[in-house]
Amino acid sequence: MDLFVLTLAIPLVSGLALAAAGERAWAPNLNLIASLGTFLASALLTAEIVAAGPRFAFGEMFFIDSLNVFFVALTAFVGLTTSIFSGPYMRNEREHGRLTAARLRLYKSMFQLFMFTMLAALTTNNLGILWVAMEAATLTTVLLVSLYRTAASLEAAWKYFILCGVGIAQALFGTILLYFAAERVLGETGNALLWTHLVGVKGQLEPTVMALAFVFLLVGYGTKVGLAPLHNWLPDAHAEGPTPVSAVLSGLLLNVALYAILRVKVLADGAIQSGFAGSLMMGFGLLTLTVAAFFLSRQKDIKRMFAYSSIEHMGLITFAFGMGGPVANFAGLLHMTLHSLTKSAIFFAVGHAAQKCGTQVMEDIRGLIKINPVIGWGLMLGTLAILGMPPFGVFASEFMILTHAMKHHPWATPILLTALGVAFAAIFGKVQPMVFGETHLKRLPHAPAITPVFVHLALVLMMGLYIPPYLVRWFHEAARMLG
Amino acid sequence: MSISGLLWQFFAIALALALAPLLTGWVNQCRAWLQNRAAPPLLQPYFMLHKLFHKDVVLAHGASPLFVFAPYVVFGCMLLACAIIPTLSTDLPFAPAADTIALVGVFGLARLFIALAAMDIGTSFGTLGGRREMLIGFLAEPALLMVIFTTAMISQSTSVATIVETLAHGDFVINPSLAFAGIAFTFVSFAENARVPVDNPATHLELTMIHEAMILEYSGRHLALIEWAAALKLYAYSCLGLALFFPWGIAEGDSAAGLLLAISALIAKLAVGGALLALIETINAKVRIFRAPEFLGTAFLFAVLGLLVRLLLESRV
Amino acid sequence: MSTVVPLSAQLINLFAAVILLLAFAMLAQRRVLPLINLFALQGLTLCLSTLVVAFSTGQAHLYGSAALTLVLKALLLPWILHRLVRKLQVKSDVEGLVNIPTTMLIGIVLVMVAFNVALPISQLASTISRGTLGIALASVMLAFLMMIVRTKAIPQVVGFLAMENGLFLAATSATYGMPMVVELGIALDVLVGAIILGVFFFQIREQFDSLDIRHLEKLKER
Repeated sequence: MDLFVLTLAIPLVSGLALAAAGERAWAPNLNLIASLGTFLASALLTAEIVAAGPRFAFGEMFFIDSLNVFFVALTAFVGLTTSIFSGPYMRNEREHGRLTAARLRLYKSMFQLFMFTMLAALTTNNLGILWVAMEAATLTTVLLVSLYRTAASLEAAWKYFILCGVGIAQALFGTILLYFAAERVLGETGNALLWTHLVGVKGQLEPTVMALAFVFLLVGYGTKVGLAPLHNWLPDAHAEGPTPVSAVLSGLLLNVALYAILRVKVLADGAIQSGFAGSLMMGFGLLTLTVAAFFLSRQKDIKRMFAYSSIEHMGLITFAFGMGGPVANFAGLLHMTLHSLTKSAIFFAVGHAAQKCGTQVMEDIRGLIKINPVIGWGLMLGTLAILGMPPFGVFASEFMILTHAMKHHPWATPILLTALGVAFAAIFGKVQPMVFGETHLKRLPHAPAITPVFVHLALVLMMGLYIPPYLVRWFHEAARMLG
Repeated sequence: MSISGLLWQFFAIALALALAPLLTGWVNQCRAWLQNRAAPPLLQPYFMLHKLFHKDVVLAHGASPLFVFAPYVVFGCMLLACAIIPTLSTDLPFAPAADTIALVGVFGLARLFIALAAMDIGTSFGTLGGRREMLIGFLAEPALLMVIFTTAMISQSTSVATIVETLAHGDFVINPSLAFAGIAFTFVSFAENARVPVDNPATHLELTMIHEAMILEYSGRHLALIEWAAALKLYAYSCLGLALFFPWGIAEGDSAAGLLLAISALIAKLAVGGALLALIETINAKVRIFRAPEFLGTAFLFAVLGLLVRLLLESRV
Repeated sequence: MSTVVPLSAQLINLFAAVILLLAFAMLAQRRVLPLINLFALQGLTLCLSTLVVAFSTGQAHLYGSAALTLVLKALLLPWILHRLVRKLQVKSDVEGLVNIPTTMLIGIVLVMVAFNVALPISQLASTISRGTLGIALASVMLAFLMMIVRTKAIPQVVGFLAMENGLFLAATSATYGMPMVVELGIALDVLVGAIILGVFFFQIREQFDSLDIRHLEKLKER
């Protein structure tokens, strides 16, 4: 069977099956097996694409090239580790009485459907379908954010829905404008939204329309990326939703939204013939980075704090892609990968830590290293990794972004350094007492799943020390495609 | 300018003087029917004017010459407005004077004098009415001007005669902007003529009255002139509305056949318009004076929307 | 009036103007049920305008879009909202953060901005309905404004859906509609979104005993 079909079909079918079957004893296993299947299919698909080059599927509806197959593999991998993590986590939640069987059923089916929408968004060749899939990704996660049905979680979900709804409406307007520009060149053949066709004629697209379309698309999808000033939903949704959801939102959804922007940027750059799109992204990136860095120090909730850290990194990545060119794009892609892995690892550790202490308030979480050394070290190492300490991989990508910025956009360097410094001080100062401190708490009934945390961190460490040559080639190819 | 044209012009003015109280009577009659009351006779306003002209004038002690002078100015302004609005034909001798912006000015002049006269006596009601009238006018005039700009953009002229000619005798075109302007104009006319959502011509309730508060101190022939002027104002606004938005039937030359047709068309349109006015007055409640700005704000909104829609949709025509 | 504009174009412009008018009416409406009815009316006007475009250009797929609009936006969604209002016994008045005349003035400014933004694009377009692009953008912005100034959940959702109407109008006026598969996807998303919101209303009310989203203001940066 076609590997690509498998990659998309497994989460869709299993999501529907989990919704239909209800919460059974085997449901967590099905969830796990489905995620594993998706991952294996995507890994094999990646191997195929690397060996045989880009390909279409279902006529020209889907298109897989080196850029998106890399995101597909990453998404499937984080999806797999998240479902490993969520097994014991959700059992603990249920025993604490925070969740019922019906909610667990909702969680599992929506999780798989969410994976499906993201994979569809990544692989579709049609920019209209991309929009539909992005909106569907919001819809599947809205009810997950409000899974606990507390006042705060309802508020977070409402904000998430409305803000992303508004954002996505802007993106739809952008898509309409894009289609309008494309139709003038490609005619009414129905191909005018297919990215592969658009790339061929990108130089002929009307520059004014494309500029406007890009602004709308950047603001629209940027809302989902968490770009300031429309980032407000992100900390709330991350803090109030269940931790596995925070992990996939931070680690995956933001990437997918950014991927959508990157695809459009290629077209906009081709049409406008000036650095307009790049400058706009650099501006938004810097603004986001700065805003997030300064909000970091004011956080009291641990998940909120790491949500702001996600915003900060998204700002940095947007800035990197805004600079453009092979080096910055390479660094951006690398940073996206590493951020996904590190941030989801952190959320896994944070989830267990919060469960253990029964709170998300950082002042009440103390001495993790004494209650459970593994979680304690996991959180500490994860924090060091996300802060860009060598030898973790994030150091390499941040270093590349910084040096590239110094060389080509020296004016931005002080802003970057200040923001990164402030973020470093804020996060490190808060995590340190949580890990090393005095406490007297007992153990949890179900042993936490620690493997995902360390698998992710090991990968991040490996990428810091040694990036396998095929991965480098692959990154280079993807970076070259972005121009 | 021909002699017959001049004669027709005087006839049009006489017609206005005669028809205006009749229109008021007709509206009152329709309103009474709609409200299940016994209707006053159609000619009631004439009886009223007749009675008032035969009464003596009582002047307040503090009245200045302005107070005596004002009714004549107001009446004169309204008569002038009625004379220059093309009610029957666009080719009468006074028609070239019918510039819409000038018309707004004429109405404004009348408003100024009546408000000044109301304040002249120094009674509290007069002052209150005058202030309220100026508030309404201050809000209604920009809306009215916007309406006029919209219609003027369609026919590239601010002359009512040209506007009528363009609309009535050009190709039939659906102009959404004209619909917006028409709604706005209706709103403004209600406010300007002291009609129900803004003012109630039938009561003397001190908390709510506007127009009636201003003319409380008038009596005898002064009051008669002011009442007649008010009727003329309603007639003028109706004719202006008809000319701008339903200009069909208005003659272009001064041939007798065309003008006779125009007279019957005018009377028919006024009858329908008056009945509609009574209907709207019946189904609406008077709003508080503090809501009047909202009412007129809506009128302004419609007028601006009309203008914008005109610019956007119809500019390339 | 040198050239005679075809009747269909005039009708399209008329419907577009009506849509804009309804957008303002929604902004000014103080009660919930009339608000929903206005929204349904806007959907109907949108459907009619799409039909005229479809008829005058012979674009067959636009008939599908028009049918979709009629079913979804003029019938199904208003019906769902009506049921929600009845089931939840929502109080009939809508409160706003800003008083209505001010909202209207802001609305006018937004319309001007929208028209200015849309003008260069619509001049490039070759469609019969190109002039309405500005109106489409204006209705999107007005719906956006409505979402900002209203404090109750249902008006916010009506605003959200009205925004969708404006976007649909934009798609029809600039390009004769998106490809059918995209239209279907968008319609599905809107429908699912409305259903999820319905579920959401019940959750919110269970939690707060009211649909006033001013209760939802606890999460902010301190």
